[in-house]
Amino acid sequence: MDLIVTLLITLILPLATGILFIYSDRRKQEPARNEELTSSINGLLPQTQCGACGYPDCHSYAEAIVAGASDIHQCPPGGTDTVSRLAELLEGTALFQHYDTSIDQPPLVAAIDEQLCIGCVKCIIACPVDAIIGAAKQMHSVLPKICTGCGLCIAPCPVECITLALAETRIKRFVWSKPGSTTAGVHA
Amino acid sequence: MSRQLHTFPGGLKLATFKHLSDSEMAQQQALPERLILPLQQHIGIPAEPVVRIGDQVLKGQVIARANGYVSLPVHASTSGRIIDIGDYPVPHPSGLNAPCIVIEADGLDQWGEITPTHEYASVDPQELQTVICECGISGLGGAGFPAHVKIREGVDNAVDTLIINGVECEPYITCDARLIQEKAQYVVAGTRMIGHAVQARHCVIAIEDDMPASYQALAELVGEDIELVTVPARYPAGGEKQLIQVITGKTVPSGGLPIHVGIVMHNVATAAAVYRAVTRGEPIISRYVTISGNVERPRNLQVLLGTPVKDCLANCGFTDDGRSKIILGGPMMGMRVRNPDIPITKTTNCILIQRHEPAPPALPCIRCGRCAEVCPVRLQPQQLYWHAESGNFRAAQSYHLFDCIECGLCAYVCPSHIPLVQYFRYAKSKVAETERRERGAEYSLTRFLEKNARAERLRADRARPLPPDTSQALAEKRSYIEAAVARSKQKKELLQKDQADDD
Repeated sequence: MDLIVTLLITLILPLATGILFIYSDRRKQEPARNEELTSSINGLLPQTQCGACGYPDCHSYAEAIVAGASDIHQCPPGGTDTVSRLAELLEGTALFQHYDTSIDQPPLVAAIDEQLCIGCVKCIIACPVDAIIGAAKQMHSVLPKICTGCGLCIAPCPVECITLALAETRIKRFVWSKPGSTTAGVHA
Repeated sequence: MSRQLHTFPGGLKLATFKHLSDSEMAQQQALPERLILPLQQHIGIPAEPVVRIGDQVLKGQVIARANGYVSLPVHASTSGRIIDIGDYPVPHPSGLNAPCIVIEADGLDQWGEITPTHEYASVDPQELQTVICECGISGLGGAGFPAHVKIREGVDNAVDTLIINGVECEPYITCDARLIQEKAQYVVAGTRMIGHAVQARHCVIAIEDDMPASYQALAELVGEDIELVTVPARYPAGGEKQLIQVITGKTVPSGGLPIHVGIVMHNVATAAAVYRAVTRGEPIISRYVTISGNVERPRNLQVLLGTPVKDCLANCGFTDDGRSKIILGGPMMGMRVRNPDIPITKTTNCILIQRHEPAPPALPCIRCGRCAEVCPVRLQPQQLYWHAESGNFRAAQSYHLFDCIECGLCAYVCPSHIPLVQYFRYAKSKVAETERRERGAEYSLTRFLEKNARAERLRADRARPLPPDTSQALAEKRSYIEAAVARSKQKKELLQKDQADDD
């Protein structure tokens, strides 16, 4: 009997209290840790706020990933690069099959046909990054340097005068093509 | 006393092919009908046009001004009329267009007003810098870094050695050798001026040991104050960091600048340009260009900036048979261009014509390590290639991708014919693209948060009840309304009274 009591006191009791402590500590730290993770994930997202992932903005998508409600393959503008980085951060695997993110989209910008614009301000309200300038009953115009090409301005336009086009290639943004594509397929 | 020279790692002795073009005096290239002057011929911010279409300009007149500190103005290379300001093909591997100013030459080649700076030795280094910037001088060796910025670094920091680089290590190129032989006094005087501007303790002019004619020309002019050093001809001894290693034994740290080890380096042509700028106020409007390789008469030309490449080629008897390729720069580091209409700019040192043969197919890397042996920066090209090929650019960066000077030796010795430098350029541009995207995302996020905050402010504003207005105007309005109400009441009472009387 004494042996059991001694064992209980010296081994099991400290162990139990230890586990209890660790558990409660985890519970306390979890929200803070989740917030940190959310902001790390958000930092890897392209901030187009386009909603293509099914969430209203990039931060909400990051929260959904943390909560386990979504996976890392739902961000088309981020492309393969964002998926790979998210996979690295979350120590998961980047899967590219059957997902929009398997294709890297070339950068797009919106353009308003100013001849057709009626100055309704609906696109200005829709633009998440204030890339459209104009006022009620005045012509609107897109600032191409600020536009992220999210396309959120297109649906609200009642006269369908907004189109997305490839961003103009300038020398400053020139990217060399991968040499492997011209060699005899050895590296394929 | 001769200087104890050091060595740099790797490197190779290459066949130079310099005899093709270095025996003949440089010839003046004829004035073309139209000159195309890109707004960006230097590293940094493009210049900003200060002329309009239709303006008449004189030779040497500023047509675009520097647009920031790391920027340079552009000058008219001849007199004539501005016929366009717009996008034209420029010397760039992408073949893309960039903003240019086009001058239609009037054939008079009439100089505008230029003012020399007086006796340079008495002039404040600060003022020399301004002159050098205003004359549009960028490094004429190849990279095109604004010269005044390098000199400014020298003014701000203690400069132990000023090195004037006449080591033209790439095969075929002889424009600096010709310049030294023909304008040695400019080079030496320019060296003294830069030496004064940066207050250097030692001045060195470095050339290769296989350039006896250049040595002769310089040896007569250098005095006690300038040391003439010949370095062994081994590619890429003319690279900035390599030449510093050879002459001083110092290594410029990874990501650092020569000034961090107390050194300022300029090209010989830059020194000559500084001499002209200071003594005559002449901006940089022409340069020596080597035309070599598969042309009838390979030689050097003195070319006005903005002259089309095809004019220079025609002058040297080149006819395009569809089997040649045009390379701007040397065979190791030059870039292939497809459009011969592009203009000569401040950084064009050589136009090389080579027979175009399809590149041999790249075979798998056999890990022989020859690339690492010849690398002058002690990189591991085979590892860099591995990471660049698999798209793992951050790993490539951890192998010091950005220390690669793209000298091309690794690809030159590779037995599997792997285009290593192309892989490294690809990887570097991908890293730059990612950084651009990250900056863009950060900016977008700032704007998004700001827009949300603004919307929130507006909502809060609308929800709040209006505070009681105590102003004079309101009191007047209220008394006006009260008076009206009182009048109305009075009328009503009168009416009621009338009605009562009627009843």
